[in-house]
This record gives sequence, C-alpha cells and structure tokens, in this order.
Amino acid sequence: MILTGKVWKYGDDVDTDVIIPARYLNTSVPSELAKHCMEDIDETFATNVKSGDIIVAEDNFGCGSSREHAPIAIKASGVSLIIANTFARIFYRNSINVGLPILECAEAVEDIKAGDKLEVNIETGVIKNLTKNNEYQANGFPEFMKEIIDAGGLVNYARENWGNK
Amino acid sequence: MSMTMVEKIIAAHAGKEKVEPGDLVAVDLDLVLGNDVTTPMAVNEFKKIGFNDVYDKNRIAIVPDHFAPNKDIKSAEQCKIIREFSYEKEIKNYFEIGEMGIEHCLLPEKGLVLPGDIIIGADSHTCTYGAFGALATGIGSTDMAVGMATGKAWMKVPETIKFNYTGKLNKWVGGKDLILYTIGDIGVDGALYKAMEFTGEVVENLSMAGRMTMSNMAIEAGGKCGLIEPDETTFEYIKDIAQRDYKVFKSDKDAKYLKCYEYDVSKIEPQVAFPHLPENTRGISEVGDIKIDQVVIGSCTNGRLEDLRLAAEVLKGKKKAKHIRLIVFPGTQKIYLDAMKEGIIETLIKAGAAVSTPTCGPCLGGHMGVLAKGERAVSTTNRNFVGRMGHPESEVYLTNPAVAAASAIMGKIAGPEEVM
Repeated sequence: MILTGKVWKYGDDVDTDVIIPARYLNTSVPSELAKHCMEDIDETFATNVKSGDIIVAEDNFGCGSSREHAPIAIKASGVSLIIANTFARIFYRNSINVGLPILECAEAVEDIKAGDKLEVNIETGVIKNLTKNNEYQANGFPEFMKEIIDAGGLVNYARENWGNK
Repeated sequence: MSMTMVEKIIAAHAGKEKVEPGDLVAVDLDLVLGNDVTTPMAVNEFKKIGFNDVYDKNRIAIVPDHFAPNKDIKSAEQCKIIREFSYEKEIKNYFEIGEMGIEHCLLPEKGLVLPGDIIIGADSHTCTYGAFGALATGIGSTDMAVGMATGKAWMKVPETIKFNYTGKLNKWVGGKDLILYTIGDIGVDGALYKAMEFTGEVVENLSMAGRMTMSNMAIEAGGKCGLIEPDETTFEYIKDIAQRDYKVFKSDKDAKYLKCYEYDVSKIEPQVAFPHLPENTRGISEVGDIKIDQVVIGSCTNGRLEDLRLAAEVLKGKKKAKHIRLIVFPGTQKIYLDAMKEGIIETLIKAGAAVSTPTCGPCLGGHMGVLAKGERAVSTTNRNFVGRMGHPESEVYLTNPAVAAASAIMGKIAGPEEVM
C-alpha cells in the first residue's frame, strides 16, 4: 500500500492526554474524538488536517494512558500514517490492533520538516520525501505482527487463530 | 537456562520451557481488566469477534471508576453499556457503585491479583500488580476484547532492567519518592518496552502499599511492567483473600539483565515532579516558592490506607490554607471505612478536606476537582502532562501524600518538616 500526504511535525513525548484529552473520553464515537484530536498541543490540527496527512514525531510518541481512543482519534481525523523515532508500548500495540499504520525511522524524523510531502510504501518501509527528493528506510515489522496487520487487525487474527476455549 | 522473573512467567503461560527477549508469543491470561472508559469500546470489538461467551466469567474484572459515579449523560451511557454487558455475560467481578473502588486499589484487596499471574488491563496503570510478582500490563480495548473472548494475548518478551535500592530511607520518603526519583534519573522513556524489576533491602522492607506505588508508575518510565519478587510481606497480604492458586516465579541469580541501576536511598529526599512530565523531578529542598490552588490526595498511586494515614499525620490538628481546595479520595470503600474507624477521615475533614467517594475523577481531569486556566495543583497521582487535570494551561506537581498534606497547610509546595 502506498500512502501520500503532507507532514504534521511534533517533538518528544507526545502523550495520550494531548492526543485526546480525557475530558472527551465520555464517548467512543471516532468522529467525535477526531474533533478534539491533538487539541491541547496544536489547536489548528483538527480543523486543518487533510485526509492522508502524516504525523512525524520524535521519541516516545503516545506515552501515557492505554486509551485506544488515541489512535482511533488520529485515524478518524484522516491521518494515514505516523512516523516516529520510537512509540510508547501501549500506543504501538493499539495502533496495530486498530489498523493505524506506524513506522519507526529516526533518519526520516531528523530530515523531514512540517509541510513536506511524503510517499510511503508500507510493505517495504521505504519513505520518499517528495519535497526534498530524499529517501529513507524504516524498520520492518516482525513476522507475527505482519500476520496481525495482514489479517486486518487483532480481532480477525484471533478469530482465525485462537478460537474459543 | 537462566531467566528473569518476567521471562519465566511468560514461558509458563506460553507453554514453553524457555523464552528470550524479543520472542513474540501468545500467552494464556489469568485476568482481564477494564474500566468505564475503555470497556465500552472493548464491548463493541467483542461483538465483532462473534463469540457468544467470555472465556471465563471468573477471570474478567470490570470496574466503573473513571467517570463514575456518572459525571454526565454521556458517561452514564458508557457505564450502562458495561453494566449490561457484565450482567449478560455473568461477569463475576463487575463492581457496581457502592462496591467499586479505583480498580488498582480494589483488585488487590479482592484477592484477584496474585504472584506469577499474567494480567492485562485496559488501563495503563495495570502494571500496579507487578508488586505481587505478576506480569501485569496495560493494553487497549481491542486487546481487552480478544482477551475476554479467548483468554489469550500476544506479547513480546521484554528485556529486563534491574533497579536495586539500598541504604536507610529518610523520614517522609517512601515508594512514591523512590519511583519518582528513578523516573527522574532514567526519563519517561528510560524503560521503553522493558520490564522493570525492583530489588534490594529497601524494597523488601516496603509494605504492599509502598510496593504498589512503585510498580504503579513503571508505565511513567515507559515500562511494560514493574515487578517485585514475592516474599513474606506478599504472602501475608494475600493469605486470606487469594481467589485462586498461584505460583511464585523468581529471577535466577545469574539471569541476564539489560542494565542494572543502583540507588543509595539515603541520598533521596521527598520528590516533586514539575510540569509537564513525571521525569521533571527535584528534591523538596530545591523547589523554591510555588504557590498552589488545589491539593489532591488519593488515586491508584497513593489512595491506600497507609497514604491517607500519612496525610492525616501531617494534617492532625492543623488547617489547610484558606485559599486551598484540599480533595481526598480514598481508593476503595474498604479503605474509606478503615480510615473512618481509625479517625483518619475525621482528621482530614477537620483540616478542611473534601473527602470523596472512590473515583479516578480528578487525576485525569474528568470530574471532582478539575483545574481552571493558570491554576496549580499538588497531587499524589501519577501524571502531570499538559491538561492532565483540566485546562491545558493548568499545572500539576506530583508528590507523596505527606508533602501534599504539608503543601495544603502552607498554600505552597512544602515539605512535612515545615509544618510539623
């Protein structure tokens, strides 16, 4: 799958409380959550983000709460992919489980600026920066995780592989 | 064949002789947990899976604690979803208002978390149960749904980092200060994807409450879990309440650790984590003059009887500063009752505290103590992110209960020595 989009750039430790503040967690409706996505770190995000846009951030993206509302809010806002140096553990799991593509690539994070246009091949992990005409290689997923992604998320994977006791 | 505690627990639950860091395995779960924020989404996913029943009615715990007692109509609808699901699936450990508490205070009290368990919870502070020598870790709603349906989860075997604490604890220094100091040292991603193991004479001498406070905040260093080897203190706590058989796993003497940190606790004073990350720690003597508006004592981090006792010791016979809102929320109904019997609640109320029914409310800016623009709080909770307790331009300073109590009296961040 090839994704193309414009970059929103953020720094270290973007936590789940700024991705989707707890005051909006009294609902699980994705479109409602998307309205407040990134609100406490970037008031312009929710209104200006375009379908296909890509978030690029530095270390420990998604730290904090286990709320799956965080990757869901980002996905529902139209973001097609997140690239970071590292992701916090639960956010990483949740993103894979809900089918929000994420890639770890320090080289790309260092070079990419806000507003750059990217073209990304999710299968190969090749990130092309169309604005700068540069190319970066992201870390691949382990085989087991690829199976979950290929199955279309954990629910499908579990149904096919784990059965009921 | 040497393994750490976490490796042994995963191997045993994956039906393997041995696992190594980096292995991806499917494990059998001893308990699956969710709350009113995360469970409604899990109920949706559960329905998608297409199974009729949960894998084991006794091994699922559902606790409405975040926005409960219901703070508004939307929250009421969320709580209704999980209540109806719990009744329909005959979930034994669904705890209604009046029986419930803050999940990570409640489940240990009910004997539901035991040594050697693998527990997943759709709440990041599920790592609290590492204090019992269990592998307990936070996951999201989809993992919870699949866990409820199949009793399984996928896991990557983490590398383990050891944190060894020796020396004599200073007065007013406890589990909260040890973990804040540690996070201050290694950073909020210092244990990213890793298992933390807390060891040494200081940890051995901590009560279960102190140990739970430490394990609770493993996630604030990015950790997958934070384990403490079970010992007599653990067995004494669970002996009359354990709901299941359990097996104790201990790290081999020659187990391989990614890193080992050594801390001489005699050098550690009460810690204050400044906005907006738990790693921004300073000793209380280095804080300076910081006026505050609100003090919150409670939560899954510091809402246990011992924590309230400590706050009452500092507040006894004194009054909070006039302009301060002092909010205390005991972790469970049992803790509330025990605190009443001991006279703690009376002491707190006489000192000017508002004592709340158990809820996560103020910790995550949900209800029962939300901050306005520009306000500052001292809180015994676990996170001080931007907007965590309310307005994005409010500030949270994390401390232990004694410092929080002293700060309420002084109206600014203060150590207990300044008021005792």
